[in-house]
Amino acid sequence: MSIIDSVLGDFFWRALLGGLGVALVAGPLGCFVVWRRMAYFGDTLAHSALLGITLSFLISVPMNLGVVITCVTIAVALVLLSRTRALATDTLLGILAHSALAIGLVSLSFMPDVRVDLTGLLFGDLLAMSRQDLLWIYGGAAFVLTLLAILWRGLLMSTIHEELARVEGIPVERLRLALMLMFSLVIAVAMKIVGVLLITALLIIPAATARRLARNPEHMMALAVVFGFIAVTGGLTLSWHLDSPAGPSVVVTAFLAFLLVYGTARNASR
Amino acid sequence: MPDALVRLHQLTVQFDDRPVVDRVEMAVRRGDIITIIGPNGAGKTTLIKAVLGIQKPSSGKVSLANSLVIGYVPQHLSLEATLPLSVRRFMLLSGRSDAECEAALERTGVRHLLDASVHHLSGGEKQRLLLARALARRPDLLVLDEPAQGVDINGQAALYDLIRQLRDELNCGVIMISHDLHLVMAATDKVICLNQHVCCSGYPADISHDPAFIETFGHQVAESLAVYHHNHNHRHNLHGDVVTSTDVQGACDHEHH
Repeated sequence: MSIIDSVLGDFFWRALLGGLGVALVAGPLGCFVVWRRMAYFGDTLAHSALLGITLSFLISVPMNLGVVITCVTIAVALVLLSRTRALATDTLLGILAHSALAIGLVSLSFMPDVRVDLTGLLFGDLLAMSRQDLLWIYGGAAFVLTLLAILWRGLLMSTIHEELARVEGIPVERLRLALMLMFSLVIAVAMKIVGVLLITALLIIPAATARRLARNPEHMMALAVVFGFIAVTGGLTLSWHLDSPAGPSVVVTAFLAFLLVYGTARNASR
Repeated sequence: MPDALVRLHQLTVQFDDRPVVDRVEMAVRRGDIITIIGPNGAGKTTLIKAVLGIQKPSSGKVSLANSLVIGYVPQHLSLEATLPLSVRRFMLLSGRSDAECEAALERTGVRHLLDASVHHLSGGEKQRLLLARALARRPDLLVLDEPAQGVDINGQAALYDLIRQLRDELNCGVIMISHDLHLVMAATDKVICLNQHVCCSGYPADISHDPAFIETFGHQVAESLAVYHHNHNHRHNLHGDVVTSTDVQGACDHEHH
C-alpha cells in the first residue's frame, strides 16, 4: 500500500499515470481520425465539450458525464445535418464547433457562483489530476479499447470501403455511431490532460507520426500509442524542469517527435 | 426455368423528384451475364446500388433469393494514403480463411502480390484484387461496376474472359456495368440499355439494330458495332447462338488490326 500511496500521492506521478492512460486510447482512435479524415470533426466535438461542462453545472451531474452526453448529442446532430446536404460538411462543422464553444463561454459567465478555471479547461490542467480522474481515465480506456477490439474488423472494413462493407453485411451506420461514442468518451477524459483546444493534436500527431513507420493498421495503432507515451512523458518532464504549461508541453513534444520521424525515417510503405 | 437470384419489379429511384431509375423490370438467374450499358447519368450505378441494397428504391421492389451471397466489385478502391494495408490483410478482412483468400487471388492471377501494399498496385491489379475479394465470398451473384476501368485493352479482353469463366465455375449470376461496347457485345449474354428506363434489351447481335439503341448511342456507334457484328455473326452461325471464348479471342484480334 505504501508504494501505491507514495506513487499516487505525488502529483507528478499522478499526472504521468493519467497522461499515459489517455495516450493509450488516443493512439488507436487517433488512427481512425487520420484514416477517416475526421480531424475537424474531432475539433468540433472537443469544442462542444465546454458546453457540456456548463450543462453539467446547470443540471448538476458529474462533469465527465455532462461532456460525454453533449458530445454524443452534437455528433448525432452532425450526422443528421450532413445528410440533408444543405451545407458542406466543413461549413457545418465550423458553425457547430464555434457556436458550441461560444455558447459554453457565454452561459458560464451567467453562473457567477460557479468558479471554473477557464485556462485549465481550454489548455489542460494535468497537474491537478485527482485519484478520481485516474479512475475515469482507466475505466474509460478499458471500455473504449474493449469496444474497439470487438468492432475492429467492421470498423476497419467500413473505413477502407464503406459500400463494400455494407454489401458484406457490416452495420456501417451503427459502427459510425459507436465510433462517435468512443470519441466522446476520449474527449471527456482527455480534456483534463490537454484541454479542449489541444485534444485533436493528441489524437492526430502520434497517429500521423506512426504512419511513417507502420506496415499495417494494427502496427500503426501500436506505434501511435508509443508516440503518445513519448509525448506525455517528454512533455511532463519538460514542464517539470522548465515550469512550462503541461498540456502545451505535451503537444510540443509530440510535434518534435513528428518532425524527427519525418525528417529521418524512410517511408515504410506508401 | 430456375428461380431468379434477383428480380426487379417496377424499380424506381428518384433524387429530388427526378427519376434516375424509372420503372425497371429485370431478372437475373444463375448462369446469366447481364450487362448494363447507357450514356452518362443514365442511372446505371444507381440501379446496381439498389440491387446491392445500398440505395433505397423510391417505389417498386428488389426481391433477392433467400440467403443470397453477393460479391461486389466496386468501381474504385481509393484507399486513404494514411492507411497502411497489404493485399493479404485486405483479403483476410473478408472473414475467409488464409487458404480461401490465396486461392481466390490465384484464380484472378494476382497471388504474387500477396505481400504487396495495396497502395502500390496498378489499376488493373486493383481490379483483379477486388474481383478476388468478391470471389473469396463464393458469391451466388457477382455485381461489377465498370470492372475494366483503368485496364489496358489487352487486359480488358482478358478480364471479361475471366468473368465469364468465373460464371461457369461458380454457376453464379453476373450483373455488370460497362462502357466497353465492343468487348461487352462479345462477352455478354444479354445487354440492357438503360437511359433512366430500359430503352432496349436483348442479345448483343439484335440490340445494335434496335432503333432505341441507335437513338441513344447515335448512328456512328451503332454502325461500327453493326460492322463488327457482321464478322462476329459468322462465328455465331457456325457455332450456334452461344458466345464462346474463341469469339472473344476473335474480338480481341479484331481490336488490334
